[in-house]
Amino acid sequence: MGVIMLDFIVYALVAGVSVAIVAGPLGAFVVWRRMAYFGDTLAHSALLGIALGILFDINLSLAVVLCCVALALGLVAMQRQHWIATDTLLGIMAHSALSLGLVAISLLENVRIDLQAYLFGDLLAITPEDLKWILLGGVAVLAAIYWLWKPLLAITINEELAQVEGIQVARYRLALMLLIAMVIAGAMKLVGVLLITSLLIMPAAAARRLSGTPEQMAIFASILGSIAVVGGIALSWFVDTPAGPSVVVCALMIFLLIFLAPRARA
Amino acid sequence: MSNPDLAKLEGISLRFGNKSVLNNVNLPLHNDCITTLIGPNGAGKSSLVKVLLGLVKPTEGTVWKKPGLRIGYMPQKIQIDKTLPLSVKRFLQIPHGYSKNDISEALSSVGAVHLIDSSIHDLSGGEMQRTLLARALLRNPDLLVLDEPVQGVDINGQTELYRLITDIRKERQCGVLMISHDLHLVMSSTDHVVCLNKHICCSGHPEAVSADPAYIELFGASHASTLALYNHHHTHSHDMHGNVVEGDCCGGDHA
Repeated sequence: MGVIMLDFIVYALVAGVSVAIVAGPLGAFVVWRRMAYFGDTLAHSALLGIALGILFDINLSLAVVLCCVALALGLVAMQRQHWIATDTLLGIMAHSALSLGLVAISLLENVRIDLQAYLFGDLLAITPEDLKWILLGGVAVLAAIYWLWKPLLAITINEELAQVEGIQVARYRLALMLLIAMVIAGAMKLVGVLLITSLLIMPAAAARRLSGTPEQMAIFASILGSIAVVGGIALSWFVDTPAGPSVVVCALMIFLLIFLAPRARA
Repeated sequence: MSNPDLAKLEGISLRFGNKSVLNNVNLPLHNDCITTLIGPNGAGKSSLVKVLLGLVKPTEGTVWKKPGLRIGYMPQKIQIDKTLPLSVKRFLQIPHGYSKNDISEALSSVGAVHLIDSSIHDLSGGEMQRTLLARALLRNPDLLVLDEPVQGVDINGQTELYRLITDIRKERQCGVLMISHDLHLVMSSTDHVVCLNKHICCSGHPEAVSADPAYIELFGASHASTLALYNHHHTHSHDMHGNVVEGDCCGGDHA
């Protein structure tokens, strides 16, 4: 029994730290590009992805990624119409997607779903199969970020300048959305759809004060996120709190510590 | 004389929904010539530049560019989120990975080499404009496109920036297209003025344009300080293209 429990913890730690490492640089982009609300909207649609995945019997992570990407594309198309402000649009889409997901899941017959686990995460229920996908996906996303780093940074600084300088802005914007969608699929197990955005933005926001370059900020965000995950799992293990919210609470404490600490030098 | 060396906009019209932004605009751009676009707020100056840059697709008309034309673009203003830690050096390096030498050179040519290690967020308005100009120069452009290059810069700085632009043109013999609110200030540093208010009202040598009835009608007889405030409400009935002065370096007639 003790050995099995230890397995669970190791899976949880490895999966959690992997997601945190990947979420670091992507979270930095979310903060720089002011996409926090956008990330939240994508995350809310993940539940709908789960429902559709069960309905059509496809891999649930894949279903989540597809659903997020579809939502992102829909959002971009509607933004172009300019008939409603983006934040209103995001609000409509986020809560509609979440509610559609909840309704769809309740309509699925003969399927028992632990809704709590999807909403708030269930780190300790990670299976070796899940872990394999998280690791593979994590390596793929990290490689893509490394490869796309310069153009992504260029479009983040200024899209018009980048376009004039010959960068295909629309293509890279889409790539960034796709990468965020993949991280959401991975992070859902960890902290649940309602808390995913915090894993993206809190470590990155905390890392800002420690960093002098974009690269430093991305790396510090990964490190701080990993610390939050380990701390959250420890809290959950020793004090028996829910794992997902514990991770977020740890991220908050890190953010506050760094934010309130006096600056070492001017 | 009427063959442009660098680029040519022909019959450009731009509409957003029912709103007409540009109406049948022709604009040739030449080597070694500073062309200034002036006009009231909402006259479509920035839109015309965006059409030239390929950022906006015109509803009608064609954009011809010399094959391989390198454009250095200085946008009106650029907002970089404060959460992005970025030095001037990195800002200039991205995305093409220019060497430190190239960057120092570009910065010294705009008199801002001391800023190289500063954070982009600590720059004053004038320093930011110089940095943006340096970024445009790094591409070793045939054509510099400057959208309100002196925005947010105090009067002394404005004169200095215009002088800098004139020097750069002389040194590199590139074409320059710039947008300004203010003919008074750019008068001495421009070869060719195009007065735009959705369509081209008049164009030619700056002194000729400032005496042109269309210009006076557009901006009022007094000048500079009231330019931005002047409310433009007439519709044109005069011959818009009849007042071009021959003999300036840009070849004049755009009709």
